[in-house]
Amino acid sequence: MITNPNVKMTIFKKKSRWNEKLIRFFLTFAGIFSIFTTVAIVYELGKESLLFFGLPGIDLVDFLTGTTWQPVIGKFGVLPLLLSTIITSFFGMLVSIPLGLGAAIFLSEYATQKTRKVLKPILEILAGIPTVVYGYFALTFMTPVLRAIFGQGNVQIYNMLSAGLVMGIMILPLISSMSEDALHAVPQSLRDAAFGLGATRLEVTLQIVLPAALSGVIAAILLGISRAVGETMIVAVAAGSGPNFTFNPLKGAETMTGYIARISGGDLAYDTPDYNSIFAIGFLLFIITLILNMISRKISRKYREVYE
Amino acid sequence: MTSSFGNPTFLEQNSDLNLEKRQKKASFFAALFRLSTLIAVVALSILLLSIINQAFGLVAIQDKQDRSAISQVPVEQLSQSELVTLIESNLTINRVKTLDKEKPLTERSRKDLLSIVENEVIQSRVVASYPLFKSILTPGGFQNEVAQKFPQATIRFKAWLNPQFLTKTMSNIPEQAGIRTAILGSFLLILITLLVAFPLGVSAAIFLEEYAASETKLSRIIQTNIDNLAGVPSIIYGILGLAIFVRVFSTFTSGEVFGVEGNNGRTILSAGLTMSLLVLPILITNAQEAIRAVPNSLRLASYGLGATQWQTIWHHVLPNALPGILTGTILAISRALGETAPLIIVGAATYITKDPTGIFSSFTAIPIQIYNWTTRPQAEFRSIAAAAILVLVFMLLSFNSIAIIWRNRSQKNR
Repeated sequence: MITNPNVKMTIFKKKSRWNEKLIRFFLTFAGIFSIFTTVAIVYELGKESLLFFGLPGIDLVDFLTGTTWQPVIGKFGVLPLLLSTIITSFFGMLVSIPLGLGAAIFLSEYATQKTRKVLKPILEILAGIPTVVYGYFALTFMTPVLRAIFGQGNVQIYNMLSAGLVMGIMILPLISSMSEDALHAVPQSLRDAAFGLGATRLEVTLQIVLPAALSGVIAAILLGISRAVGETMIVAVAAGSGPNFTFNPLKGAETMTGYIARISGGDLAYDTPDYNSIFAIGFLLFIITLILNMISRKISRKYREVYE
Repeated sequence: MTSSFGNPTFLEQNSDLNLEKRQKKASFFAALFRLSTLIAVVALSILLLSIINQAFGLVAIQDKQDRSAISQVPVEQLSQSELVTLIESNLTINRVKTLDKEKPLTERSRKDLLSIVENEVIQSRVVASYPLFKSILTPGGFQNEVAQKFPQATIRFKAWLNPQFLTKTMSNIPEQAGIRTAILGSFLLILITLLVAFPLGVSAAIFLEEYAASETKLSRIIQTNIDNLAGVPSIIYGILGLAIFVRVFSTFTSGEVFGVEGNNGRTILSAGLTMSLLVLPILITNAQEAIRAVPNSLRLASYGLGATQWQTIWHHVLPNALPGILTGTILAISRALGETAPLIIVGAATYITKDPTGIFSSFTAIPIQIYNWTTRPQAEFRSIAAAAILVLVFMLLSFNSIAIIWRNRSQKNR
């Protein structure tokens, strides 16, 4: 039977697999779909930004170096927004890097299995809380605390410090969980060898495990910075509205994301300088976060210590 | 070197000294690491407590109109028809008309009528409020404050999170505002997100894990692209949604092509599509991990029996990966539930009293209401924002527990 070539032919004819091809086509489309998203982001942000810079009285150099952002009088200098973004992110990282790293080291190197089982879900809950809730927390808890510490007169109701500190709490679980993964991936044999030479747990951690996991830790920190720069709701609620070129974190100043959220909050008319400006700022934001993300991934890939 | 190490007393002394120092340092740092973990836990507790603190507490209620002037007997004792005449005689004609339009006054229940009398005729309002912990620890302070400022007010305990809050629509008066519209909006929003993102995301994951393995270059590009998209700030997705779904596709997203009139593109459909793009990278990555975890022996066995690639995927790979895929999907959906920034950009309405009637309605969502109420100056709005946060957090936690239970059960079955 099998040697009969006719039978073989009929089997193949029956199974013309057009449906498999169709399915494969659809799956390929779904796979490629994400590329469309990226293309759409770049195209739309780019197109509207070009329109923005094509408007009379606006050019790229003024945009990137101007220190006043007052659309009413035609001043579009992004530095006040950028500075405020940097200040809030700075305070966010000031909180989240040491605490996140400390928590990661504790969980990976010190905690017993039982403690880890309790603590990790708590950090996951912290990571799952929506950012608008953190914004609420910044405004109704952190700001009054800061005002009690530094004096009512010195701290504005909306201020960058409060937003930054709460942002730190928000980013903490990201840094701790990514760093913990990196620390955990360091093989036990390295630790055992160091312990065998008489090192204390701290020496093992700081001189053996941490250097071995450094690429993962740095990648986590960069990703944290990118998250801080792109964070919107905390700064929209607590950092103040209205661009303000100031280095004083106790004052209110609008960040890039805060500006975009405020301007588009109302019914924004198309093809106005305001409308186009959110695309220009969005483009800047997109580039900053993209670069941070790409470096982060590159570091974690390139400098990953490979054992066996 | 050798001479100094050869000397036993030197070595002993030095190492002893060093050891003490080293151990001191070690225990100091151990405490530091423990402290930073503790701070994270304390931060979470303070966060939750501060929200609970605002969502409950003492309030002072004062009537704007004199009760005795409106009716001789207490309003609670009036009959249904008396209540109707009371309402008709005290409210403006227009207000009575709108009330009648919602539901004729004569057909309303006694309870309903009483609440209209309380809220609109007598106008009893919360004039001052006190957070929970202060209410418990120093209720006297509040009593003094109220006695000075509002001598006629009565003080009672109020839970801002109550059944009424869940079932009422938006209002300008904090104690009458509710989040029904926002809850419905949020549910509709995540439903659209789910319907769009789930098939697309799972298909993309199947493509990347099962088909594209040979086409390494294409799959590498897609993979890098997905990783990059996962890191794009949510507000950028909002801008994209505004430009594409709200503006370019406005005839579609406003429902104009389907004969729905009177909308612009700022509909719940636009928001849902925007949210789908946002959660897609997360969903794909999670689904990929679930598919990757299916042992290869299953595939080989299926191929060995003569199944085609799709038959293998549909009958063997997907059923095995499904619990993981669903868990990942729930996590992605929780992300969509809490996102606020893209909705602001896409144009969620902050003040809306009508429930969404379909995918072409304008809408609001729970996080939008939280944002809106938080940014208002009055303390009472902060309190209902806190109540809304509790609703949102409760929903997120129940979503996540479903995911965890699911995961554990599927692991047990294996």
